[in-house]
Amino acid sequence: MDHLPTLVSEARDAIQAAQSVSALDELRVRYLGKKGEVTALLKGLGKLSAEERPAAGEQINQAKQTLSAEIDAKRQQLESEALNARLAAERIDVTLPGRDLESGGLHPVTRTLERIEGLFTRIGYDVAVGPEIEDDYHNFEALNIPAHHPARGMADTFYFDATRLLRTHTSPVQVRTMKSSEPPIRIVCPGRVYRSDSDLTHTPMFHQVEGLLVDEGVSFADLKGTIEDFLQAFFERDDLSVRFRPSYFPFTEPSAEVDIQCVMCSGNGCRVCSHSGWLEVMGCGMVHPEVFRHSGIDTERYTGFAFGMGAERLAMLRYGVNDLRLFFENDLRFLRQFT
Amino acid sequence: MKFSEQWLREWVAPQLNTQAIADQITMAGLEVDAVEAVAAAFSGVVVAEVLTKEKHPDADKLNVCTVNDGTGEPVQVVCGAPNVDVGQKIPFAQVGGVLPGDFKIKKAKLRGVESRGMICSASELGLEEETSPGILVLSVSAPVGTSFREYMQLDDMTIEVDLTPNRGDCLSVKGLAREVGVLNRLPVSGPEIIAVEASIDDTFPISIEAPEQCPRYLGRVIKGVNVSAETPLWMVERLRRSGVRSIDPVVDVTNYVMLELGQPLHAFDRDNLQGGITVRLAREAERLTLLDGQEVALRPETLVIADERGPLAMAGIMGGENSGVNEKTHTIFLESAFFAPLGIAGQARSYGLHTDASHRFERGVDPELPAMAVERATKLLIDICGGQAGPVVESLSQEHLPAARSILLREARLEAALSKQLPADDVTDILQRLGLQVDKQVEGWSVVAPSWRFDVAIEEDLIEEVARIHGYNNLPVRRPAARLSLRPANEAVLTLSQLRNQMVARGFQEAVTYSFVAPDLQAAMLPEAVSPVLANPISSDLSVMRASLFPGLVRALEHNLNRQQTRVRLFESGLVFNGHLDNLTQVPMMGALVCGGREAEGWSGAKAPVDFYDLKGDLESLLAMGGALDQWRFEPGEHPSLHPGQTAQLFHEGKPAGWIGTLHPQVRAKLGLKVDAVLFEVRLDALSQGAIPAFEPLSRYPEVRRDLAFMLKEATPVQALLDCAKAQAGDYLKDIKLFDVYAGKGVADGYKSIALGLTWQHASRTLNDEEINQLVDSIVTNVRAELDAELRG
Repeated sequence: MDHLPTLVSEARDAIQAAQSVSALDELRVRYLGKKGEVTALLKGLGKLSAEERPAAGEQINQAKQTLSAEIDAKRQQLESEALNARLAAERIDVTLPGRDLESGGLHPVTRTLERIEGLFTRIGYDVAVGPEIEDDYHNFEALNIPAHHPARGMADTFYFDATRLLRTHTSPVQVRTMKSSEPPIRIVCPGRVYRSDSDLTHTPMFHQVEGLLVDEGVSFADLKGTIEDFLQAFFERDDLSVRFRPSYFPFTEPSAEVDIQCVMCSGNGCRVCSHSGWLEVMGCGMVHPEVFRHSGIDTERYTGFAFGMGAERLAMLRYGVNDLRLFFENDLRFLRQFT
Repeated sequence: MKFSEQWLREWVAPQLNTQAIADQITMAGLEVDAVEAVAAAFSGVVVAEVLTKEKHPDADKLNVCTVNDGTGEPVQVVCGAPNVDVGQKIPFAQVGGVLPGDFKIKKAKLRGVESRGMICSASELGLEEETSPGILVLSVSAPVGTSFREYMQLDDMTIEVDLTPNRGDCLSVKGLAREVGVLNRLPVSGPEIIAVEASIDDTFPISIEAPEQCPRYLGRVIKGVNVSAETPLWMVERLRRSGVRSIDPVVDVTNYVMLELGQPLHAFDRDNLQGGITVRLAREAERLTLLDGQEVALRPETLVIADERGPLAMAGIMGGENSGVNEKTHTIFLESAFFAPLGIAGQARSYGLHTDASHRFERGVDPELPAMAVERATKLLIDICGGQAGPVVESLSQEHLPAARSILLREARLEAALSKQLPADDVTDILQRLGLQVDKQVEGWSVVAPSWRFDVAIEEDLIEEVARIHGYNNLPVRRPAARLSLRPANEAVLTLSQLRNQMVARGFQEAVTYSFVAPDLQAAMLPEAVSPVLANPISSDLSVMRASLFPGLVRALEHNLNRQQTRVRLFESGLVFNGHLDNLTQVPMMGALVCGGREAEGWSGAKAPVDFYDLKGDLESLLAMGGALDQWRFEPGEHPSLHPGQTAQLFHEGKPAGWIGTLHPQVRAKLGLKVDAVLFEVRLDALSQGAIPAFEPLSRYPEVRRDLAFMLKEATPVQALLDCAKAQAGDYLKDIKLFDVYAGKGVADGYKSIALGLTWQHASRTLNDEEINQLVDSIVTNVRAELDAELRG
């Protein structure tokens, strides 16, 4: 019993000197285990007198608790050191780029078409598509452009034979839709169109989106509102000025060309708008009764409007692309800019 | 159509500056393309008279002149022009003046003789593009000392309008003035046109054999015309400002009247005509040499002006070389006719021609105009060239003239169309100023369209006219109202957008290639393909419709490889065209091409190039999107563009749906490509066909897994093994995984080891070993029998 303080001090030194969790476990067995040295002292209590026994027992239990606590503390210290060492060893360079970095992208024309489709489908338009090799009837005749009409000269048409051609606009899709469904009709028709023209500002193939709304009581005011809203939404400019200029399309009447305030110079005049401050962006009008008649729609009951725009032109204005031909070269250096 | 602002202002005089007029007519639908000064800036040029002319003592080609420039003292000037002469009125640039091109006039000595100023030619004053052969000689009545700019009224603008094809009525100063008059609610008036009394009896017979194409033909003989007379400067200037060159007085007058009133005229040399004029369709094998020298074979639907020997002119398009006016002409026969638009339309273009006359007749020239035009032209011709006019002879088929169109414009309809009620008096005024006869009734306006407005035939035309003149931008704006009705939405169908986004997510860039390709490229890749060929391609490189997406993708690959892009991952969606026109299919496809490294260049990972299985993985990710991967099968196949040992044909629900494979080395060599590429193309309708998920209860009973490795002949496709195993694995097979493919040490030559992991599970009980063993035995037995493959020992 007398050597308890010595024993405790010796044990504490050993605990502090322990280098591993397993060494600590050995010390716990050696001092505090069933056959441990401190436990052995408890067994010796019986030899003491009844008066001495409680105090001695108290001392031994205290020593046991002290050592146990020290072992726990040491254990925590060792474990935390081990974890820190492991974490330090596992450090990586988080600034290295992730694996297989390359991401793909949609073609800017698709991106533009999807954006336009989205604006219209969200308010209840459907997307309609159709064949690209068309016949004279759907591309011209049904749109009030009979043979030899001067308007046929407006679009240089690619022909396969006397009646088969590459559609010059997506309007044939409107015709097909009007023939196969009943008003109300609300559609947008995106797609490839073809005209035999190739220079700095024309490619023989390009993309259009046309829209058609047919219902009872549709007026020119509805057309104006729709176009204005669309252009302001497309360019994300609430204050974008839009103006309507009388024009001529055989399939609409009244017809209009739509100009917007130049988005490059805010209407102050620049090279893009030929210093006029205005950019012509689309054509539109009220559906011509002759077109309705070809499609079997009652012209007294229904009226409607149609509009059409070139996707490349809008993409160029939106993203600042300055050369139309880039859209069809498929140069990755160009395409990646729209990722 | 180009016109001079001054000319227009003679007809109608709005209180607007040039730009305001241009803006106003643009916003009325007559789009102004350009506004340009009619003359370059110059100063210090006055009208002067040549007083004396003497040969220069030391230069053969120079003359020493004195001129009276109105300053008092005669001014000495050296002049090199061959046509300078005493008594002429000429434009004279005084010392201190500045000519176009910032050319300053200074005192000078020419070969020792003092010269103080310069007598100018038209080109020196910027009035002619080509260098003029001599000085510009003015009318003798030109007042000496007046500013030349003022005298010539050069402070004028040329306005060029780009007219839509419906507005043929505006292809004249008269027509444009009418529009400006309506827009400004101003009166419009032109020069007074008085009939020229016949002073001789000469006529030339006219007969119309094609009254449908030519309902009206007027002719007049004018005798004793001096063709060498000079066109007056004012007319030359007006023509110039309208972009028309002066030729000779007869042509100039016909052009002038066409610009002024809109009626194309033609003058024949009477002495070259025989018998009489016949307006008829061309006959078999007739030929005609046109004014421009080209000889054409006439087609039977072409309207001609003929005499008894044959065609003289292509009616309403161009005159003939042999019947036209020339320097020897003494008597002319003046034609002023109405050719119906449908009779002329398309004709000029079909001969590769486009003339001022055909442009107008195709769009419609006022059928009531010929008489007025012939009088106007006669008067001008006689004023300039002298001569005596015979009576005007008219041949007319009244029934073939365009009928007067009577149209009702309903007030309610107008209001509904524009969402605005316009004051009835305004509407009446607009319509009347446009030249319509208006009768206001209770319901609306009953109108008769004027003979010059071929585009006004129905109520909507009138609505457009009223809206246009009122101003589109003064009309209200509102949003369409619609009933909110739900549409059917097929959940099983994937959208193109979803499929495209999947490709993008897998690192592909979207390409858009032309739908027409080079025939040799298509033939190299798809020698058996038949697809429509354009009759009028823009170039032979873009002349045949693509039968596959492959040619376009390969072209795009080439473009990028040539620009140091070594890793290319492209996809495209669009139609491919197969068959002849009569059994044509236009099928939407999605295709892709990969080339270069498996992964983008980086610090980690493999540097290996992509192969078949990489692209197949990309493709399978598309097929799996809709949750119906099991509808698809890949089978070894042969495709002319693809490597015969690395090509699979895709089947969707048993039907061919596409191809995937490595580019055939021979095709690659033909195209000059140095690298391998893998491609696929698949029908979009099949790709978009997914399935709606169908729930199966989760089993609470354990799964049983057995792994089986088979020694399969090298040539046997794994698919056959999978099919065989599945067929025998019973109803409780949950999953079959192919987890190892091995050939090499331990596997006999010509064989491969394929390891399958099969998992079974029952919904409501635990499967026992015995039944699983039976299934495994059945698989092994059948694989042996069908594929001659043993379980690996």
